[in-house]
Formats: sequence, structure tokens, C-alpha cells
Amino acid sequence: MGVDMNAVVNVEEKLFQNRYKVDHGRPHIHIKDAQVCNNCESQECTYICPAACYKAEGNRTVTLITDGCLECGSCRVICKEHANVAWEYPRGGHGILFKFG
Amino acid sequence: MAEKFDAIVVGAGPSGNSAAYTLAKAGLKVLQIERGEYPGSKNVQGAILYSDALERIIPDFREDAPLERHIIEQRIWVLDDKSFVGTHYRSEDYDKPPYNRYTIIRAQFDKWFSSKVREAGALLICETTVEELLMDGNTVRGVRCDRIGGEVYADVVILADGVNSTLARKAGFHGELDAGNVALAVKEILFMPEETIRERFNVGEESGVVIEMMGTVTEGMVGTGFLYTNKDSLTIGVGCMLSDFKSNPNRTSPYTLLERLKKHPSIAPLIAGGEMKEYCAHLIPEGGFHAVPTVYGDGWLIVGDSGGFVNAAHREGSNLAMTTGRLAAETVIEAKAAGKDMTAKTLRAYKDKLDESFVMKDLHKYRDMPQVLHSSPQFFSAYPRLLNGAAKTLFTVEGVDKKTKEREIFGSFKAARRVSGLVGDAFKLWRAFR
Repeated sequence: MGVDMNAVVNVEEKLFQNRYKVDHGRPHIHIKDAQVCNNCESQECTYICPAACYKAEGNRTVTLITDGCLECGSCRVICKEHANVAWEYPRGGHGILFKFG
Repeated sequence: MAEKFDAIVVGAGPSGNSAAYTLAKAGLKVLQIERGEYPGSKNVQGAILYSDALERIIPDFREDAPLERHIIEQRIWVLDDKSFVGTHYRSEDYDKPPYNRYTIIRAQFDKWFSSKVREAGALLICETTVEELLMDGNTVRGVRCDRIGGEVYADVVILADGVNSTLARKAGFHGELDAGNVALAVKEILFMPEETIRERFNVGEESGVVIEMMGTVTEGMVGTGFLYTNKDSLTIGVGCMLSDFKSNPNRTSPYTLLERLKKHPSIAPLIAGGEMKEYCAHLIPEGGFHAVPTVYGDGWLIVGDSGGFVNAAHREGSNLAMTTGRLAAETVIEAKAAGKDMTAKTLRAYKDKLDESFVMKDLHKYRDMPQVLHSSPQFFSAYPRLLNGAAKTLFTVEGVDKKTKEREIFGSFKAARRVSGLVGDAFKLWRAFR
């Protein structure tokens, strides 16, 4: 039930309300080694990331697009055992700009 | 930027602003560095402001701080899928100044707080991310920013850089966060006419209500939901321990929980018609006493969420942030007045101040709480169902005698947890709270 429920909720619609200053061509988070994700059984980042930046592709690869990132840090923490997320804050002034926070 | 400061404060949230304000007010030369476009643009909170902690820093804050509503009523709801059992505490005393706490909107509040910091004389630089600490052996000498020529030096660096504590981790002062020690919370802000809020929550023009919720909405994960009334908006959110998100067999996303909370039959009518204008997510350090790292060293101090200063049992964080920021600043001010170097030996006084304050006393009091809750998912699924079932049995009139109903209720509890389980759970909770 959980997975279907996640698909029903349109998180893009939520993110659309937010203000971002995207640092084009300079994503602040990287997957260090794509093979580690391929071998990762759980791929928890693909449902825990609150901005759905991580997507599980059919061939077991995980793709990351940081444009909607809310800069919470969850992906880095949940990947602690693999340490496969290179996580930095965006350059000054870039990324999410909370209007209300 | 080659000049040297008495202190550099990294971050312009409640802890950083409290530290920078206190330092600048005492005449120290302070540089504060914030990565957001303006202070508050990277900050997320429910948000409740507890007056006391701010009053000790800016006594007359009520004169011009952007406050939404003072809270006159606290509701605690235990939800199952269709209903809730709740306690409400509302008092006329809470409707008389000076008010004890307020709802705030952090982007506005932090901007205001920052204006006070600058008035006090601190130099603020925004849109600048600190990349790392400049070390000389074990001693912090300054910071490197993501600007050209961005090396700045100071006698002491106060790390108010938030829950991810990036700088202290990079410097090796402490390790990566544990998923079992942080909660992931998501929330939305929903705008609606002020009159609608007054009618729905039975409040006046400036008074408000907070609702804290636990129950089946978190699928047995340790977590809570919340609904706060702002002036012309509501904030609704839900957060659960990150480790529980990881181990949840349903693999439920945080935004799915939020949608489910919004659709709950007891909540949907309260938020109906609200226009969603922002969606936020944030980690909350809820590991408590045992998760607080070393918070001082040669040339550095850690304050606020960066040091894990959150009392999860009482939903308090920003007041601990402000208090730790103030105490760190006072430590630096005293050391400077005494002409001492900012060594770990000198800055140990900060830890002593923390231990003497409500901050570490409260964290110590609830030190076992995270572990107890973590090992007791029944508090977040079985008990909410039992409690709501009991209420329904008790309050539904259907020609069944009350004695039979009581037996039915007790039977439902025994069947779910057995008597030994019930006694054990009560004992665990009592131990964790006492």
C-alpha cells in the first residue's frame, strides 16, 4: 500500500510552490559511485527524500536531480553505512529560498 | 576580508543570532556569516517561539518582533484512522500579557532578529557559505567562505550552522548523525482568511491554538503531527524518526504521511480551503542527552541544533538554541574580559553554564526517552487504536450495560498488550518522564 500511496501524492505540485535559485550545472549533492546504488538492496533515498530528488529507475540505477532539494540532509544520513552521498550546501545564495520557513 | 574579528558566528538562526547579538552588545567585533539570501531563508521550524529565552536576550522584543498569535490553548490529540481522543488545555491566564509563547513565521522572525543583531553592531554577510574551518593543529583560527579571498580569522568561531553540523563534521569534532537520533519533519503553510481561523479555532484576533498529534497516521513510526494557527495561515506538519522511515516496511514517503494527516476526518475540516504556499522539510536532532557531542574546543563552540540541543519530549528547540547561543557568547565575553586565550580550557566554562541551565538539566531528565520510544512502537499504533476504540465503546449508547462495556474495553487492552505488557509500558513511560 505504501508505495502506491507515494505515487498518488504529487510532490512536484508541492515543490512548485517553493522559491529556488538553482545553481545551474553545479549540483550540490552527488552520488559518489553509481554502482554502490545498483547494489543497494533498499534504496531508501528513493522514498525518504522529501523532495523526491532520488528516483529508482527500472534497471536498479538511482538518479539524482537536486533542483527541488530542501537541504534537509536526510539522504546523507540514511546512506551512512554506504557513505555514497557527497553532500554540501549550495553556493551562498543558491538553492531553496524559504519565503516562510 | 583579511581583517581579524573577536568572534565569527556561522549561521543566522536563533542560536547564531542570540550569540552574535550578545557578543556585539558587549562591544566585541563580530562577523556573522549566513548562506541564505537573507537570514531565515534557509531556516525551518513549526514554529513556536517561547518568550522566556528571547526575553533574556531582548527584553522588549514584543514591541516590534513579527509575532503571529499568542497561544491560549494547547490540544493533544491521539488519532486512529477515523477519530481522535484529546485533551485540551485553555486558560484565560494565557490570554493576558506578557504572553508565554507565540506562533511565528521563521523567515520573518529571523529577519527581524537579524536586524537587532546588526543594530547591536555585528557585521553580517549573507549569500556566503562557509566551506570549512581554518585549523592550526587542533585550534580553529577562522573560516574559509565560498567567496574569492574568503578566508577570515577570529579568536573564536561559534558554530551555529544547524542540524547537519557540516563544519564540525568536516573538522572531525564529531561524526555523522545517526538516523536513530534525528527526526525528519515535513510541513506546509496554508493561507486562509483571518476570520476563518477565528471561527474554526474559537480564538480572538491575536490569540491562537496549537494541536500536537500522535497516532496511526505515522504507521507505528515514532513521530508526531502538528497544526499551528498563524495570523492568516495554518502550519500543518508531521515528523518521524529517520531510522523509522528507513525500517518502515510500507516504504512510506514523508509527503504521503502529510497528505494522510491533511485528509484525516478530524483535521480536514480545520484546514479546508487553505491555499498552500510553501512546502518545507527539515531534520530535527532528537537524540537528546546522549547524542550531544563535545561542544567546545580550542577556538570553537557549538550552539543550537548543531549541538543537538532539542528537548523532543516537550517539543522545545528554538529556546534551547537561543539559550545556548547566549551562554556561548557570555563565555566568550567573560574570557575576553579576563584576557584569556580562547582555548578549550577557557571555553569549558560554556559546558559548565550549560550544565547549570535548564538546557542540560532537561536533556538529562529525558535522557532515556528516545530509547524507550524507539523500542515501543505500540505507543504510536496499538495504543491510539485501543484508546479510540475504548472511547467509542464508552460513549456509544446501544443498550449494553456499562459493566459489560468496561469489560470489553479492558479485554481489548489485554488482548493487544497482555497485563504484563500494559504494566511494563506504564513503567517504561514513568521511568522516561520522571
